[in-house]
Amino acid sequence: MSEPLRFRVRVMRKAGLADPEGATTTKALRDLGYTEVAAVHFGRDIVVELQGDDAASAEARVHEMCERLLANPVIEDFTVERL
Amino acid sequence: MKIAVAVFPGSNCEHDVEYALGLLGADVELMWHQEHDLSGFSAVVLPGGFAHGDYLRTGAIARFSPIMDEVARMAKEGLPVLGICNGFQILCEADLLPGALVANRDLNFICSMVHVRVESTAAALTRDAEVGQVLRIPLNSYEGNFVADGATLDELEAAGRILLRYCDEDGNVTDEANPNGSARNIAAIAGPGGNVVGIMPHPERAAEDLLGSSDGRILLSSFVHAAEEASR
Repeated sequence: MSEPLRFRVRVMRKAGLADPEGATTTKALRDLGYTEVAAVHFGRDIVVELQGDDAASAEARVHEMCERLLANPVIEDFTVERL
Repeated sequence: MKIAVAVFPGSNCEHDVEYALGLLGADVELMWHQEHDLSGFSAVVLPGGFAHGDYLRTGAIARFSPIMDEVARMAKEGLPVLGICNGFQILCEADLLPGALVANRDLNFICSMVHVRVESTAAALTRDAEVGQVLRIPLNSYEGNFVADGATLDELEAAGRILLRYCDEDGNVTDEANPNGSARNIAAIAGPGGNVVGIMPHPERAAEDLLGSSDGRILLSSFVHAAEEASR
C-alpha cells in the first residue's frame, strides 16, 4: 500500500475575537520581562492522512472537512498545507 | 405532552434536568443521541456535560449525532428547544443559535453561584419571568465565554434575543459581575423565533430551596409552559 497523503490543517482564532489563551500568555511573557510582546495567538495543528493518490481531490476533501467539522467558521479561520 | 432530554456520551446533567422538569409536572424521557425519531415529543432539552468528551471543540462532534437532525427539525417547526451549558455549546455549533462559547476570560473553571438579570421575556426560557428580575443560579463551565461578531450582537440586542445577562446581586450589569468575559455579559440567548434558547448557567440545579436557590424554576416552568402550548 502506498504512503498516505498528508495534510496539515492549521486552525486559528479569527482576528478581533476574544482569545483568552493568547491574552493571558501575552501578559505572562510581559511579566517575565519580554515587554516587547505585542500579542500571542494560539491555534491548533491537525494532521490528516488520506488514502489514495489524487492529491488535488484529497486537498479539496480536507477543505470540506475543515468547513464541516475541523474548524468553526464563526470563530476560526483555517489553512491547509500538503506535507 | 412529553419533553425529551437528549443524552450524548459524556452528558452528565440529564438526570438533574429530568428531575427538575418532573418537579414542575412535566413528563420527561431521556433519549439516546443515536435516536432518529422525536416525533412523540413537544420539546427537547440538550443538557450539560462533556458530550463526546468535548474533543476538537465543545459541541463540535455532538452536532453530528443522529438526534440532532430531529432537534433541527423541532427548532424549524417552532417547538421549544433548550440547550443548557454544554447543550448551549452544541446548539451554537449546530448553527441553531448564533455565536460560540470559548474559554473563560481568566482561563479558570468556574463553579459558583452567579446572578443574572432577565433582559427579555420574548422566548421559551423567560416567558413567565419579568424583565429586570434578578435570579441566582449556578454556573459550572470552562468554555462559558460567549463570543459573536459585533453585527450579530447588535442584532441579538435589537431583537430582544438577549434573555439573561450576568449582573451583581442588585441587578447591575457591570464588568465586575461578568464571571467569564462573555460579550455584553450575555448568559442566555434565543434564536429568531424565540423557541430555541441557550443558557450557560444551570437552572436545573437551582430548582429547590434545598439546593441553595429555587430561582431556576421560573426559567424551567417557562419552558414547560412553552412546551404545553406547542403541544396543543
